[in-house]
Amino acid sequence: MNWLAIWVTFKLACLTSGVLLVVGLPIAYWLTYSKWRWKFIVESGVALPLVLPPTVLGFYILVAIGPHSPVGRFYSDVVGHPLPFTFEGLLVASIFYSLPFAVQPFTAAFEQVDRRLIETSWTLGVSKLKTFFHLIVPLSTAGLITGAVLSFAHTLGEFGVVLMVGGNIEGETRTVSIDIYDEVQALNYAGAAKTALLLLAVSYGVLLLVYAMNRKVWAVWPQR
Amino acid sequence: MAAALTVDCQKTFPGRFTMAARLTLPLDPPRVLILFGPSGSGKTTLLRCLAGLEWPEEGRIQFGSTTWVDASSNIRLSPQARRIGYMPQDYALFPTHTVAGNIEYGLSDLPTEARRERVCELIELLQLQGLEQTKPTQLSGGQQQRVALARAIARRPQLLLLDEPLSALDAPTRSRLRGELRALLTQLKIPSVVVTHDWAEALTLGDVIAVMQGGAILQTGPPQEVFSRPVNAEVAQIVGIETVVQGHVVANDNGLATVSVNGTTLKGLAADVSGSAVYVCIRAEDVLLEQTGSGITSARNHLSGRVTEMLQQGVLVTVTVDCGFPLRAVITRGAREELGLETGSAVVAAIKAGAVHLVPRSG
Repeated sequence: MNWLAIWVTFKLACLTSGVLLVVGLPIAYWLTYSKWRWKFIVESGVALPLVLPPTVLGFYILVAIGPHSPVGRFYSDVVGHPLPFTFEGLLVASIFYSLPFAVQPFTAAFEQVDRRLIETSWTLGVSKLKTFFHLIVPLSTAGLITGAVLSFAHTLGEFGVVLMVGGNIEGETRTVSIDIYDEVQALNYAGAAKTALLLLAVSYGVLLLVYAMNRKVWAVWPQR
Repeated sequence: MAAALTVDCQKTFPGRFTMAARLTLPLDPPRVLILFGPSGSGKTTLLRCLAGLEWPEEGRIQFGSTTWVDASSNIRLSPQARRIGYMPQDYALFPTHTVAGNIEYGLSDLPTEARRERVCELIELLQLQGLEQTKPTQLSGGQQQRVALARAIARRPQLLLLDEPLSALDAPTRSRLRGELRALLTQLKIPSVVVTHDWAEALTLGDVIAVMQGGAILQTGPPQEVFSRPVNAEVAQIVGIETVVQGHVVANDNGLATVSVNGTTLKGLAADVSGSAVYVCIRAEDVLLEQTGSGITSARNHLSGRVTEMLQQGVLVTVTVDCGFPLRAVITRGAREELGLETGSAVVAAIKAGAVHLVPRSG
């Protein structure tokens, strides 16, 4: 088994869900409480990675962070090397790729919080920010964990985006799913089977955890 | 002009209704204003505008020298900045916090010691001893109501806003807590606005009543005046109690109370009357008119008087009889002709004790 690929994948998944926990919360808050009539444009944008072929998403991210884009140029000026085909570039791509898997459960959880509780908190002189951390977050923990765990699991298995943005650099951007592909290409079915089984077990275990904990929060599955 | 809460604002819910309310509540001495009306009359919307949870599109809300809302100059004071105590219907207690946690929720500006003291004070005031560490879901309806009140008054608000404070409770608890709430409001001396659709609650709690219908305030005045002298048929229909007079309980015999109103004695049911000062409330359709000298009936009250006014509305006639106090009865035109009633006629009004409602009032 390629332990280095497993380590890269694990690190990538942890960082992705960590960043999404920070970035996803304000987006989900805004999506839940904004009364802007064009809000659906942002909602659709966040959901896009659910339906877009990973290669298409990967292609656009690659172009966006490449040396010909302002973002890519700025990054390579500051850090000294370009973003594509590095672990950091992979992380950026993973964040976009898993965004709906974090934001949708967060939004679903925030929507379950009784609006009157929030309003009462405001009338007690508590600011919107404090209300968010003292009231909304504690009432949404199940949804927040679901979002973090789902984006973790989703990142574990990503393939197309990794190939487009990260390439296949041992110890840097070669993840488990790429490793399996490589093994199969080399006709090493036994090696591929072992890694595939590990990925299957971990992914299934993670989902077991989510659904055992609560079955209401993930919007994709019908509510019971 | 003395400090007052003045409201003159408008808010439209497209396709539903428009609230256009205008009222003034002097702040000194502190009074309890009741927003009274059927559901959908806009009273909760008005209360939410006062709380800063709804924004009127037009008009102003002024509290003393502070402008809370001025649509024309785009002033919108946030709910956080208004220093109010707001209690929504069903109380909205924070399920993740204990009773003590709920009460101290808005007190984070205070130092720990002062905060703890204030919580103890409120626990005692609202008789919540022993429940400090309990979660709201384990409380009875009455206890939840008291926790919500404690939380609302914890920051010593300058205006208290209560939305249907008793409607989430069962009937016996409601009538018990009505008296408690009145005593508390009297003790707190905070200007208050209370939304209710229950006339007994309105009479018990209110110093001033504003009757609302279709988003507008139809009449404002002291409870007794609004109930017994509605400005028009619409208000009369909303309040639904045509006779409201002040009386004193002189005897209470197993729940059957004897009440004196201007020297006239009446019998009424006194299930939840503790003090002696009461409002005597009688619906016009519960009053029977008889010719003088008729036989004995099961009704406990037979009041002799003279007709002072008759008002015909379709097939019905509202008759006002002076029997020591103005009593209204509604009878059919046929009955009026049969009894030969004219202004000045002598008549006996019969009322069952069960139809004489006694509502406690401040002495």
